[in-house]
Amino acid sequence: MAQNYYQKEIETMPIEEMKKLQSEKLVKQVKHVYENVPYYKSLMDEKGVTPDDIKSIDDLHKLPFLTKADLRDAYPYGLLAKPLEDCVRLHSTSGTTGRRVVAFYTQHDVDLWDDCCARAIVAVGGSKKDVCQVAYGYGLFTGGFGLNGGAHKVGCLTLPMSSGNTERQIQFMTDLQATILCCTPSYAAYIGEALKEQGYKPEDIPLKAGIFGAEPWTEEMRQSIQDTLGIKAYDIYGLTESTGPGVAFECSEQTGMHVNEDHFFAEIIDPDTGEVLPEGSKGELVFTSLDKEAFPLLRYRTRDICVLSREKCSCGRTLIKMAKPMGRTDDMLIIRGVNVFPSQIETVLLKEGYEPNYQIVVDRVNNNDTFEVNVEMTADKFTDKVSDILAMEKSLAGAMKIMLGINPTVHLVAPKSIARSEGKAVRVIDKRKLV
Amino acid sequence: MAIKQLTVFVENKQGTVVSITDTLAKNNINLRALSIAETQDFGILRLIVNDEAAAEKILSETGYLIKMTDVVGVKIGDAPGKLTAALKVLDENDINVDYLYAFMARTEKHAYVVLRVEDNCKAEGILEDAGFHLITKEDIDKI
Repeated sequence: MAQNYYQKEIETMPIEEMKKLQSEKLVKQVKHVYENVPYYKSLMDEKGVTPDDIKSIDDLHKLPFLTKADLRDAYPYGLLAKPLEDCVRLHSTSGTTGRRVVAFYTQHDVDLWDDCCARAIVAVGGSKKDVCQVAYGYGLFTGGFGLNGGAHKVGCLTLPMSSGNTERQIQFMTDLQATILCCTPSYAAYIGEALKEQGYKPEDIPLKAGIFGAEPWTEEMRQSIQDTLGIKAYDIYGLTESTGPGVAFECSEQTGMHVNEDHFFAEIIDPDTGEVLPEGSKGELVFTSLDKEAFPLLRYRTRDICVLSREKCSCGRTLIKMAKPMGRTDDMLIIRGVNVFPSQIETVLLKEGYEPNYQIVVDRVNNNDTFEVNVEMTADKFTDKVSDILAMEKSLAGAMKIMLGINPTVHLVAPKSIARSEGKAVRVIDKRKLV
Repeated sequence: MAIKQLTVFVENKQGTVVSITDTLAKNNINLRALSIAETQDFGILRLIVNDEAAAEKILSETGYLIKMTDVVGVKIGDAPGKLTAALKVLDENDINVDYLYAFMARTEKHAYVVLRVEDNCKAEGILEDAGFHLITKEDIDKI
């Protein structure tokens, strides 16, 4: 694919130049935070760091971390760095665990965010000739407004569908010949199934590309969405705390996401010690905003486990790449001493032809961890013979053992008996009481 | 020749079977024979009904996982040793029976046996050659 860039100078900037730009921006950003956010100033004071200690991006490690707990403590205005009268927008996380997190935006912040999403759309081949169907939720959730803003900047005809009402999604997609679909990967898969049920073949679907994010998904799921919709499916990464989708985006190579590092500087740290790890190491992803006005976060710990890489990319972008997050520090289970990420179970299920709908149940019986995985039976695999079904359970457990190194007990359960991921599905039930 | 068996995946949960039979009853579907194979996790409900196409449609729409399976039905005399005779013939011809269930005819003096084997045609040929009478869809309707 011939490469187009939305902001070529930044996206293909030589690394040394980028470092200089990041350093200049960081010095200003730290000063802005120190002067306007008493909450972070006190964290810096505690650590004995002043803005004068931060002279370049190499000094970043001197700054204290921010965590989700800080954001909750500081709710709602504690991390705001601009007067409210300068703010034009607010977004919020779903707040499933306790207090919500709210993030504020000035017009400058919205513009910067829209630029990030515009880069993502152009990177998947989007231009003003495209019809971009945004089926992320519009509202407090950042998905809808983020991609909407990016699509406007690129000049696409933007269909602000929001999520849900699949019948209407399909009608607009086919009547208006949408070429780019933006939504969560699970909703893309759902729309794909609905199109298939209505008799659409991949070649009848006008879409050419999809930008899917806001929830973890696997390579196998990418393949299955690409096959059903007849498109290229691209990943996008973001978090409300930083801005929303577009913090990092995938290019034609589909081998990880370029971080918009002129706005968001990425580090990988050891989640236990907080020490910065060298490039290529697996650890917790930490983001520092470099030029935000209303809600600048310095060294925010995302809890996503991930790897960064500066290998040369065939798309010509020099922006550092992050791998698909392998899981979250707080999703990781330790079962019989082995680290298990739910995403690994999903990978096995898709590879073996099951729906990626599962529930892990962990318990401790006689000082031993029990590890059970409930998986939905599919119409293709169902047979009338008990022995066949028992063999399927055994073979699935075997495939999981190869992936995880420990052996689960697999139970096949009735279709649709495990809650769907419309809300937040409960994937893990840990009954161990270790206190 | 084979007859149709409806196979339903059921979770080992209280009330599952009754909700299936209730759904069928409300749609005026009559059960001819029924068997359940159960494990600790799940059960497989096997049904012979008067209208399998309608039953399949109703149960799928209700959300059950259904599979239509061809099985062999054979009529045997109602006397000791009659079932053994039928099974012996199959065994002598190396036909492995995965499962079977039997039910009595209402008026006549014989029983019906439903057999699940790998190769229906072969099993039917062997049974017929040995003088057994196979059950047809018409027989089921008359039960």
